[in-house]
Amino acid sequence: MLPLPVFDHHKPRTLPEAIDLLARLGDKAVVIAGGTDVLPNMKHGLVEPEHVVSIAGIEELGGISLVREGDDDKLVLGAGARLSEIESSILVRRIAPALAEAAGQVGGPHHRAMGTLGGNICLDTRCRYYNQTYFWRKSLGFCLKKDGTVCHVVRGGSRCVAAASNDTAPALIALEADLHLLGPRGARIVKAHDFYVADGVKNTVLEPGELVVRVSITRSPGRRSSFEKLRRRNAIDFPLLSIAVRLDVSGVETTRVDGADVVVSALGARPRRIRAASKIGPGTPFDVAARELGGGAYAECKPLPNVDDDTEWRREMVPALVERAVLRLEG
Amino acid sequence: MTDTGKPSGLRGLVGSRTRTLLAPRVTGQVRYTDDIHLPRMLWGRIVRSPHPHARIVRIDATRALAKPGVIAVITGKDMPERFGIIPWTPDEYPLALDHARFIGDAVAAVAATDERIAHEAAELVDVEYEVLPAATDLQTAIDKPEIGLGKGGKDNVSKEVDLAFGDVDAALAGSDVVTEGDYYYEGSAHVPIETHCAIGNLDKNGLLTVWSTTQVPHYLHRELSRVLRVPPTRIRVIQPPVGGAFGGKSEPFSLEFCAAKLAMITGRPVKFLYTREEEFYAHRGRHPMQIHMKVGAKRDGKLTGVDARTFIDGGAYSSFGLVTTYYSGQLLTLPAFADTYRFRSTRLFTNKPPCGPKRGHGSVQPRFAFEVSLDKISRALGIDPIELRRKNLVPPNTTTLNGLRVTSNGIEQCLDAVAKASDWKERWGKLPKGRGLGVATSAYISGTNYAIYPNAMPQSAVQLKVDRSGVVTVFSGQSEIGQGCDLMLAVLVADELGLDLGSVRVVSGDTDLTPVDLGAYSSRGTFMNGNACLMAAREIKSKLVAAVAEKLDVDPRNVLVTRGALVVVHDPARGVSVTEAIQLAEAKFGTLGAVGHYNTPKLGGDYRGGTIGASPAYSFTAHVAEVSVDSRSGFVRVEKIWVAHDCGKALCPVIVEGQMEGSAYMGAAEALLEEHVIGPDGLHKGPNLLDYRIPTSLDVPDLHALIVESEDQEGPLGAKESGEGPLHPSIPAIANAIFDAVGVRIDRLPFSPARVLAALRKKQADEQAASIDSSLGGFAPRRGAAPPNPPAAE
Repeated sequence: MLPLPVFDHHKPRTLPEAIDLLARLGDKAVVIAGGTDVLPNMKHGLVEPEHVVSIAGIEELGGISLVREGDDDKLVLGAGARLSEIESSILVRRIAPALAEAAGQVGGPHHRAMGTLGGNICLDTRCRYYNQTYFWRKSLGFCLKKDGTVCHVVRGGSRCVAAASNDTAPALIALEADLHLLGPRGARIVKAHDFYVADGVKNTVLEPGELVVRVSITRSPGRRSSFEKLRRRNAIDFPLLSIAVRLDVSGVETTRVDGADVVVSALGARPRRIRAASKIGPGTPFDVAARELGGGAYAECKPLPNVDDDTEWRREMVPALVERAVLRLEG
Repeated sequence: MTDTGKPSGLRGLVGSRTRTLLAPRVTGQVRYTDDIHLPRMLWGRIVRSPHPHARIVRIDATRALAKPGVIAVITGKDMPERFGIIPWTPDEYPLALDHARFIGDAVAAVAATDERIAHEAAELVDVEYEVLPAATDLQTAIDKPEIGLGKGGKDNVSKEVDLAFGDVDAALAGSDVVTEGDYYYEGSAHVPIETHCAIGNLDKNGLLTVWSTTQVPHYLHRELSRVLRVPPTRIRVIQPPVGGAFGGKSEPFSLEFCAAKLAMITGRPVKFLYTREEEFYAHRGRHPMQIHMKVGAKRDGKLTGVDARTFIDGGAYSSFGLVTTYYSGQLLTLPAFADTYRFRSTRLFTNKPPCGPKRGHGSVQPRFAFEVSLDKISRALGIDPIELRRKNLVPPNTTTLNGLRVTSNGIEQCLDAVAKASDWKERWGKLPKGRGLGVATSAYISGTNYAIYPNAMPQSAVQLKVDRSGVVTVFSGQSEIGQGCDLMLAVLVADELGLDLGSVRVVSGDTDLTPVDLGAYSSRGTFMNGNACLMAAREIKSKLVAAVAEKLDVDPRNVLVTRGALVVVHDPARGVSVTEAIQLAEAKFGTLGAVGHYNTPKLGGDYRGGTIGASPAYSFTAHVAEVSVDSRSGFVRVEKIWVAHDCGKALCPVIVEGQMEGSAYMGAAEALLEEHVIGPDGLHKGPNLLDYRIPTSLDVPDLHALIVESEDQEGPLGAKESGEGPLHPSIPAIANAIFDAVGVRIDRLPFSPARVLAALRKKQADEQAASIDSSLGGFAPRRGAAPPNPPAAE
């Protein structure tokens, strides 16, 4: 089988210890939690660290809880929470169903048992020309994300368009989640939407040595959310599209929508927030919202051949999935 | 009701639902080739070509050999001997001598002290290439003969077969309906969970032992001897239990030669284990085929003629290609067929991983084209597709128009079984839009009547060793690749000799220990090896009976073998235990042992190629598939497949059902998901299990196996094959069900949602255009068509 390269393994027990270690090792280190993304990427020569720092043993990173902050209830998830825990957590299913649904559709059961929320948030972008063995990429002539200078997706392109393929990202953006980061320069909070940038080589604002340690989502009784994933098989596959929808409804009136947010991912390096969602005004009937959000998403999303399957079909599936996600929230 | 009066000791293990002997397989106790670790063992790694077609100018291993831990590097010059599974087309070298013919072709090999160092060292072998023009798809191979991949370099042709039976043109001209279509199959891989692995070891007596994940130890033994120039008497091939093969391990591969050669050079054991990526390069998967097929019928549904023109994408080497090319036409003439037939098939070389035999060798693709053609005819004539097939069935005990001798034939019962189970009459054509049923049939060989190299010796053999403790050991050359042939033999022997399964051992797949059997391919195992085994077991049985008869002073005809004892027929209280019978026989006859063998009768049509496809018996299958099609997304979901299969006699029904379900599953996977795509640059689209999608457990349809037993007169206790036949109808049954569900034909595999959705959109547009035309009364020009002109002469 493909062997792992040689590296030094570190297992800090506390967050400060981990932050110190990462600061000291600099760009020679990568962080590993569940390993479902990092290990295959190391086997493919996509990352070549001298040091691997495991944060799997840091207890402070675990846990899912509801915390009272001022007038708000906040769902707080440790970055080390396993995707399988998130998928089955009653709290998450109640407060942030889109996140539970997204976590439940990552890979297969084994990946979700190992993979963590933080790991999925920081998942490397993916591309059919990048996630291959060294031999394959060498035969291709490499690409600008790794070892090469050309883009095979966009001929003549100078910016990497590898796709954000983390299922939790669109859900967290639609849910207006806060990401709590900790690094050598201290702690900061970044909105999930602001965490991602449109650069496939590195699509996050994470600074060297910085970790995602926690995610918080404000509870709001009038919020409903759902997640849809386009894939050819019912497990294992990375998304051909992933779509999260948040709808704001008020009172007991359930046939109308007051506001919406739609995020589509697996397009390019950054999950795309659909502008048409901001035009959904109070009192919009569900079916009208579904149609307008679907149509808006179709107009704004143009899938690239960075991931597999027919791009025209993937585009046609954008409104289909958006509408399904919206209509599932009715009633 | 009671079942008194049934002598329980006479109930056979044959036909019972026993799963004994399979437990180690499903509890992790089986030791596969990669589980073998020998002292001082080295790891090998093959250096592969990054170019689809190139001349090897120079290979420099200096940097690799300088790396600590690297022991040896070999190149094509170390084994300059061609090999190939078909003796007439040897065109491969263990390591390419001067031409690399696809991305992934083997050009050198490294041996190092561990696997990681071997992989790293392979990157340090410097190979200089002169890149040559390549044909990375079938059409280029057809259009550009000057690329010269064929023998002598004058074109790209690998094999051409052109056969005609009767006057097809006249038959089609006299037909009431003719359906004509283009069908395309993209190719698929076997994807065994166990990738190829081999270990070579040379001991101080000069014996070279090769452990391999092969399905053909005997052929490997011969080819190792020829290529390495080591006498066969100094080579032993051991085939440990194999973790799936499906035809992908039925010829020698680079790693076996390299492991042996490097073991000879270094004096240490050397192991090679292919990565999943290398598995896709070794390939030998199902050929891409482009089929143009015409089928004609009379108004009453009687088929008149079939005319097929097929181009086959062979990839870089011949492999079994000669046979594939024949099979692409020869195996179509059962179970329902016309009176005239012509097929012309051309296999071309391309600069792609070599294609070969995959479960249903050469015949799955044309079967798709033909069974869909039949569905089109049934719609055109308004005849139920099951009835259409019934009108054209080839009867039992006859010969087909291309000379295949047919003995037992249970296709009618298969059709009855699937029609009943699926409630066909009430549901076909009557389900709500988006849901549909489809039917398809097929037939397949139970082994072929010629060995791969011509010889007059048996095709299969078994030796029995009978121990006075009561243990009987079966030595069989068959390859246990997970298909259950060991259990099949044990059940036959146990029933013949009155043993329980715990008293039977099966030793298989070892050229030092077991007699020659040609291997686990062509669905030959049960029929040939089973018959060989019965012959040996019956010889032992007659000795036991004779010894017991003498002891009890009765006529041997009155001695009955029951489970555990041989008794007197009319006085079953008198008898001796089997163990005692063995001891009596050993005392009477001396040490007990027996051999059995099988060879086919002379079979086949009296024309060139007439023996290819000729089998001592054919299995028959009918499928009904039920699908649902989501018209918004194009997703097809196969809800159910009912598989009725005539296996002659189910010796081990649990295994037969497993084969039927596994076949139907594999066919459904090819229908919906699997696609072995090589891009224009010659690169595999994604040689890994994320990009090459095999179904997960969530993607598998409900499978209903319905065993049909026609009791073949020449099969062992009536048995025929069940390993490959049940795959064939999967794809066309699903295609026909899609048409029943949403009214579109997808004549190109796989039936991906993008393709289905595009077809639905086109149908919608065509219908709209037609309704606009009719509402305009036919006076307006056709939308999208050329402006009206005087009709051109046609």
